[in-house]
Amino acid sequence: MIRSEVLKTLVPMISDELVVCNIGIPSQELHALDDQPSNFYMLGTMGLASSIGLGLALAQPKKVIAIDGDGSVLTNFGTLPTIANNVADNFILLIIDNGSYGSTGDQPTYAGKKTSLAAVATACGCENVVECRAEDTAAEVRKALDGDQMTIIVSKCESGNAKNPVITMDPVVIRDRFMKAVAS
Amino acid sequence: MDVNDKIVADMVKNKIEFVTTVPCKQLAGVIDAVEESPDIFHIPSNKEDEGMGLCAGAFMGGKRPAIIMQNTAIGVTINTLATLIQYYRMPLPMLISYRGELREPVACQVEMAVHTKALLAQLNIPTYHFHKQSDVEELDNILQYTFMCNKPVAILTDASFWGGYGDQ
Repeated sequence: MIRSEVLKTLVPMISDELVVCNIGIPSQELHALDDQPSNFYMLGTMGLASSIGLGLALAQPKKVIAIDGDGSVLTNFGTLPTIANNVADNFILLIIDNGSYGSTGDQPTYAGKKTSLAAVATACGCENVVECRAEDTAAEVRKALDGDQMTIIVSKCESGNAKNPVITMDPVVIRDRFMKAVAS
Repeated sequence: MDVNDKIVADMVKNKIEFVTTVPCKQLAGVIDAVEESPDIFHIPSNKEDEGMGLCAGAFMGGKRPAIIMQNTAIGVTINTLATLIQYYRMPLPMLISYRGELREPVACQVEMAVHTKALLAQLNIPTYHFHKQSDVEELDNILQYTFMCNKPVAILTDASFWGGYGDQ
């Protein structure tokens, strides 16, 4: 399974949840599969989906799912100790780990080689870290949504991208409708 | 009132409830005051762009944020300022220690000091420079202005403002 196929299995359970989605093709794929006001699409700033998601989860009580990538987490490695030391039990960090920088031409990442993001997250102090196969991602996300514990899920999937148009929505519109969904 | 307490009191008056910090020697006192404030959630960041991500999330969650950092961070955060904070039009007060100014003992700090105001100007970021301790009287208005216009706003605070580095 590639990322877009994983995202497709998640749509029924994340459609009504607050989702912060990683820059580039992941946001384009989610936007094409299930555009919702409760989706915050990152149009710039690689690496910060997990930080935005944590800030959002700490600021209000609704559940927040940050859909991140292995390359993005590698870019913002400092996020994992911050997450571990500021526990928000309404926060789920889903790292779609396809071992590649998908939006830039599928160059390999170190997460696809010797580096285990699940082991790094655990070493950083994250207490509820799950590594799963792509096929099991939906079940793990369901379990995390049903629970009341901050969860880091590392979903190991294949490299590859669906072809979708870029998101042309104005960023202030994305932010405004997302904030209305947060406040509703 | 102690200047650190005054800064935190103005933050609280402006309903800032979420503050992220990356330390600087000059900022140690204000970071302690933030940590001790019962009205502010203090979350230290490992890097300033990470901190701006946290602030963006907190803002969308209904909490007014602020970041406290050193001016060297302007070199780290230009992309985040342009493509997250400014692009999505979010307010972000940035209380910045302005290292490399008069009374600076570390020569390397001057290398980013000479670029700091130019970079902020290039980004069209409203910038205020606190040089004398009485300049802190403007902080309340600056914070009101920041949340009025939904922009990142820089408050540069130099060594003279903080009272220098003690005996040198």
